[in-house]
Amino acid sequence: MTVTQTSGDVATREAYGKTLAALGGERQDIIVLDADLSGSTKTADFKKLYPDRFFNMGVSECNMIGTASGLASTGLTVFASSFSMFAVGKAFEQVRQEVALPVANVKICGTHAGITVGEDGASHQTLEDIAIMRVLPNMRVFVPADARETEQVIRAVAASPGPAYVRLSRMKTPQFLPEGYTFEIGKINTLREGTDITIAASGTTVMHALAAADALADKGFSARILNVCSIKPLDTETLIKAAQETGAIVTVEEHQRAGGMGSAVAEVVSEHAACPVRRLGMNDRFGESGSGGQLMDHFGLTAPAITGAALELLGHAS
Amino acid sequence: MTPDFQELATVANELRGDVLRMLQLAGSGHPGGSLGMTDVFTTLWFGGHLKVDPQNPTWEDRDRFVLSNGHICPILYAILARQGYFPREDLWTLRKLGSPLQGHPDFHFTKGVDCCTGSLGNGLSVALGMAMGARAQGKNFRVYAGTSDGESQEGQVWEMASAAAHHKVDNLTLLMDRNGIQIDGFTKDVMDQGDLGAKYKSFGWHVQEVDGHDMMAIHQALDEAKKASGKPQLIVCNTVLGKGVSFMENEPGWHGVTPDEEQLKKALDELGLD
Repeated sequence: MTVTQTSGDVATREAYGKTLAALGGERQDIIVLDADLSGSTKTADFKKLYPDRFFNMGVSECNMIGTASGLASTGLTVFASSFSMFAVGKAFEQVRQEVALPVANVKICGTHAGITVGEDGASHQTLEDIAIMRVLPNMRVFVPADARETEQVIRAVAASPGPAYVRLSRMKTPQFLPEGYTFEIGKINTLREGTDITIAASGTTVMHALAAADALADKGFSARILNVCSIKPLDTETLIKAAQETGAIVTVEEHQRAGGMGSAVAEVVSEHAACPVRRLGMNDRFGESGSGGQLMDHFGLTAPAITGAALELLGHAS
Repeated sequence: MTPDFQELATVANELRGDVLRMLQLAGSGHPGGSLGMTDVFTTLWFGGHLKVDPQNPTWEDRDRFVLSNGHICPILYAILARQGYFPREDLWTLRKLGSPLQGHPDFHFTKGVDCCTGSLGNGLSVALGMAMGARAQGKNFRVYAGTSDGESQEGQVWEMASAAAHHKVDNLTLLMDRNGIQIDGFTKDVMDQGDLGAKYKSFGWHVQEVDGHDMMAIHQALDEAKKASGKPQLIVCNTVLGKGVSFMENEPGWHGVTPDEEQLKKALDELGLD
């Protein structure tokens, strides 16, 4: 499969808003909270249709998360949104104490995650959210790659009681996952089979991984492409198989190299089927203002950098 | 229904004994606030204010109680045991490995606990959510939450206060342990927040202030709170930290230190218990 757009560019946050609104019509037990960012997070789509089940909690993310937990404890399914930085960054402690520890039925959908939030700059570019969410017991972590996968992720978490963090983007991105694509909690989808090297990507980097696979194919290398949407629970079987069968892995994400999806992959591989794992991501530095796409290129998260890293690894491997 | 206040006073006295015994055995924990809020919580639970069923701790239409200042859980545990949520013997295992009674409230371990607390500031938000959950589903259970003057120093408390008033959550009643003391000393010396009741009032709450050891006044305030419509309620309970034990009363040192065997005996003697 090559990077062919199946439809126009849509931001995963937009797909979130639409899916939430659809779910609101199907289920009466869904409550949505926002912290004064409903226009941006797109929870406004739900609010417009079901105002009695939407509560704006104002610029008070810590209280919002605790409130979400309390609502959920009365038998409701709660979606709580803000920018990732604030939803799980500022409110990390509340997520730990009142969502993860009590195993609350709260889905935290953080938008504007990663470097692609762009112009707002470093204060808003959450580059550590995957790390801090995946270390929480009972918390599940999902990073959908396009609008189609986002809809499936949102529906899956709505149907599966318990805590979840869904990482969503500000930037419009191509829809490229094919019709018939199925997301499953705890499963990594292999988008392209390959034998020489594995590239594991999450979210916005997945399509760049596919482009890198094309570039590698031109040089005679067959790259296996893994879409790691479900970071926790993590499909260790697929990762171990990839490590054993291809012998080298490049991971790429718009997140710090430390602690994110790449680290999760390296943890599994080092314990079960050690092979080199080269993690691409933000290299222990904060971001800065720019357009989302430019920043991805600037910080080495797109096809050229991925291809380069793969070739290096292939050089060492052979 | 007016409770027999003499009987309530006897119950409170016995609960104080339980609190002291369990803390001495545990070797760590918080006697000060536990003893301070004994009269308030005795009135709440034994004065007929809570619609709960000890035989059915997760009854979905029950009134909820969130102890947001979760460190004073010894009094909560003593009450829950007396109400019949779990065997009295469990009290003597507080904080030990494998105990159903954790150092701070955790409903994974303890029947009758509605919220996992311990980190100040968090429980009140959960209580707010529970109250909103009732209204969202057309249910009429109430939510009571214990809080303290010290806890009010957490900013999240004021986020909750704004939201509760804004969303007109009038099935939420807070009971504040106002003893003027926190870990590092008197609140006026560590972080003086002035008149907390007035602050909550300015946030749009219905506020009452009572002597936290006058059960009749507490009972009346609880009844009064139920009548407030459109506003969440706060009852500021002026308490004496360590109430009932002369050497603990009003002593910041007794916020979070447990009595040894000799001190326990002395305290039980004062309470007229053995």
